[in-house]
Amino acid sequence: MSEHEYTPKSKAGKWFNDRLPLLTLGAHLTDYPTPKNLNYWWTFGGILTFCLITQIVTGIVLAMHYVAHADLAFASVEHIMRDVNYGWLIRYIHSNGASMFFLAVYIHIFRSLFYGSYKSPREVIWIIGLLIYLLMMAAAFMGYVLPWGQMSFWGATVITNLFSAIPLVGDSITTWLWGAYSVDNPTLNRFFSLHYLIPFLILGLVVLHIWALHVPGNNNPVGIDIKKPSKDTVPFHPYITIKDAFALLVFMIIFAGFVFFTPNVLGHSDNYIPANPLVTPAHIVPEWYLLPFYAILRSVPDKLGGVILMFSAIFILFVLPWLDTSKVRSAVFRPIYRQFFWILVIDVLMLGYVGAMPAEGIYLVLARVGTIYYFLHFIVVMPVVGYLEKTDPIPMSISEPVLTGGAEPSVARKVNDKI
Amino acid sequence: MSKEEKKVNRRDFLFTASYTVGAVGIGAVIWPMIDQMNPDKAQQALATTEVDISSVEPGKSITVLWRGKPVFLKRRTPEEIAEARAVNLDDLPDPQKDEERVKEGKDEWLVMLGVCTHLGCVPLKDKGDYNGWFCPCHGSHYDVSGRIRKGPAPTNMEIPKFEFVDNNTIKIG
Repeated sequence: MSEHEYTPKSKAGKWFNDRLPLLTLGAHLTDYPTPKNLNYWWTFGGILTFCLITQIVTGIVLAMHYVAHADLAFASVEHIMRDVNYGWLIRYIHSNGASMFFLAVYIHIFRSLFYGSYKSPREVIWIIGLLIYLLMMAAAFMGYVLPWGQMSFWGATVITNLFSAIPLVGDSITTWLWGAYSVDNPTLNRFFSLHYLIPFLILGLVVLHIWALHVPGNNNPVGIDIKKPSKDTVPFHPYITIKDAFALLVFMIIFAGFVFFTPNVLGHSDNYIPANPLVTPAHIVPEWYLLPFYAILRSVPDKLGGVILMFSAIFILFVLPWLDTSKVRSAVFRPIYRQFFWILVIDVLMLGYVGAMPAEGIYLVLARVGTIYYFLHFIVVMPVVGYLEKTDPIPMSISEPVLTGGAEPSVARKVNDKI
Repeated sequence: MSKEEKKVNRRDFLFTASYTVGAVGIGAVIWPMIDQMNPDKAQQALATTEVDISSVEPGKSITVLWRGKPVFLKRRTPEEIAEARAVNLDDLPDPQKDEERVKEGKDEWLVMLGVCTHLGCVPLKDKGDYNGWFCPCHGSHYDVSGRIRKGPAPTNMEIPKFEFVDNNTIKIG
C-alpha cells in the first residue's frame, strides 16, 4: 500500500504499530501522493463522505424517536417535528441530506464520465461506486416510505409492483416483499430494518472504493498516468484536505440554505397526508433524484418492457469501461466526445424534468426521445466515437503545459518549484 | 506413490461430503430466513370479508378493503351491462367476455380488485375514455367491465374469489 516504510517516533507508537499498523495506514493517507492539478470537481468524494456520516448520525438519532408501525409511524414523525428537542432540525437535515447526497453523487458520477475516471485501470473503483449508488437508491426509497404519508405508501406500492412484471414468479415475489397482500405494516417494519442496515453496507463499500482508488491513485483533469510521488503530485495532507474543506464549507452553506429556508421544497406536500390504501394521489412522483429513471419507465407502453428498460439504464453503466473504446481518458482532449457528453447531461436533465410531468402529449414524446438517446449514447456513441475521433495531443506530464504552454513561464516555474 | 494417491482420494471424498452436508445445512437455515418475509398467520387470517350490499343503488358503487386492497362493488345499470357486452373481443388487449367477469344471474354486480394491474394504484371511477375507470398514475383506461382498453396495464382488473351469501351479502375471499 505504502511506497515507504513508516516508523512511529514514540516508543509506545512503535509498540502499537508493530501489533496493528494503524499508524502506517494514517501516514499513508496523509502522505498519499495526489495529482497537483485536481480541480473542484474532485472535492465531491470528501463531500460524499460527509453526507454519509451526516445521514448515519442523524438517522441513528431519529430512530430513537421513530416508531415503525403503520398506525404510529406518521404520528411519531409529527412527534419528532413538534415535541422532540431539535427534532425538526434533525429530521430536516436527514431528509434534505438525502437530496444533497444525491446532488453530490450525480456531480461525482458526471465528473467521472467527463474525465474518464471509469477507464482502465480504475474499472473496479467505478463498479464499486455504482454498487454504492444502487444501495443509495434503495436506502433513499425505503427512507421515504418510513413517514407513512400518502407518497410513502403509494411510492412503495408502485416501486414494489415493478417486481410483479417478472413473468411467472412476479406476484409471489411482490407478496414476499410486502409480507402481506398489499403494502402494509409488515412492509413498513422490514423497510425500517433495511433502511437502518444499508448505510453501514455503504460505509463498507466506501472503504473498498477508497482502497481501490489508492492502488492506481487518482485520475486527474488531463487524464494521464503520472509518476508518484513526483513533481506532478502533492501530499494529500494538507494540500487536498484544505481544498476539500473549503469546497465542503460551500456545500454546507447550500445544504443549510435548504434546511433552514426551504426544508420542504424538495419533498412533496402529499406526504403530509397520512397513508390511505383506498385513495391514490392524483400525481405520483418519486423524489427528484429518481425522476430520470421514472421517465424511462413511463416512456414504454408495456409493463415488462418499461421495467426492463429502467433497470437497464442503471446496469448499462456497469459495462461502461468496456463500451468506451477511446485510449484517451479526459474529455479535455476529446473534441467530439466532449460535445456528446454535454448532450448526455442535457438529456438526463430533460428526462428528470419530464419524469415530474404527466405522462402524456409532448412530455411522452420527449421522454421517448430522451430514453432513446440515453441508450444510444452508451451503446453507439461511446464505442464509435472512441474509434473515429481524432483526439488532441495529450501532454507528457501535468507540469508540461504549465512550463511550455503558459503565457508567463517564469511565474509558472516559480509556482512549480515551490511544490 | 500409490499409497499417497489413495490417501488423497479419501480426502477428496471427505471434502465433497463436507461441502454437501454444509450446503444442505446452510440451505436449511436460509429458507426460514427467506420464508419469514412471506405473509404471516395474522395476515392470512384476514382472508375473507363480508359486505352488506343492500343499500347500493343501481349505477352506484362502494369500495371496501380486503386484505389491504380496495375492492370495487359496482351495481351496474342494464345500459352499462349492455355496453360492456357490445364490445368486440378483438378490441381488447386482454380478451375476456363480460359474462366471465360476473356471477350468472347476478349480472348487475361487478366485484373486482380496485387495483390497477400496471403498478398497483387505485383507479378513479367514472373516468377515462371508456366510461369505466382511469388510473391516474400512468394513464390506464378500463371499461365498464373493468377490462383494460388503453395504457400500460397488461391485464384486466382482477376478479377476486367471492360468493353471494344471500341477496344482500357478498363474501369476498
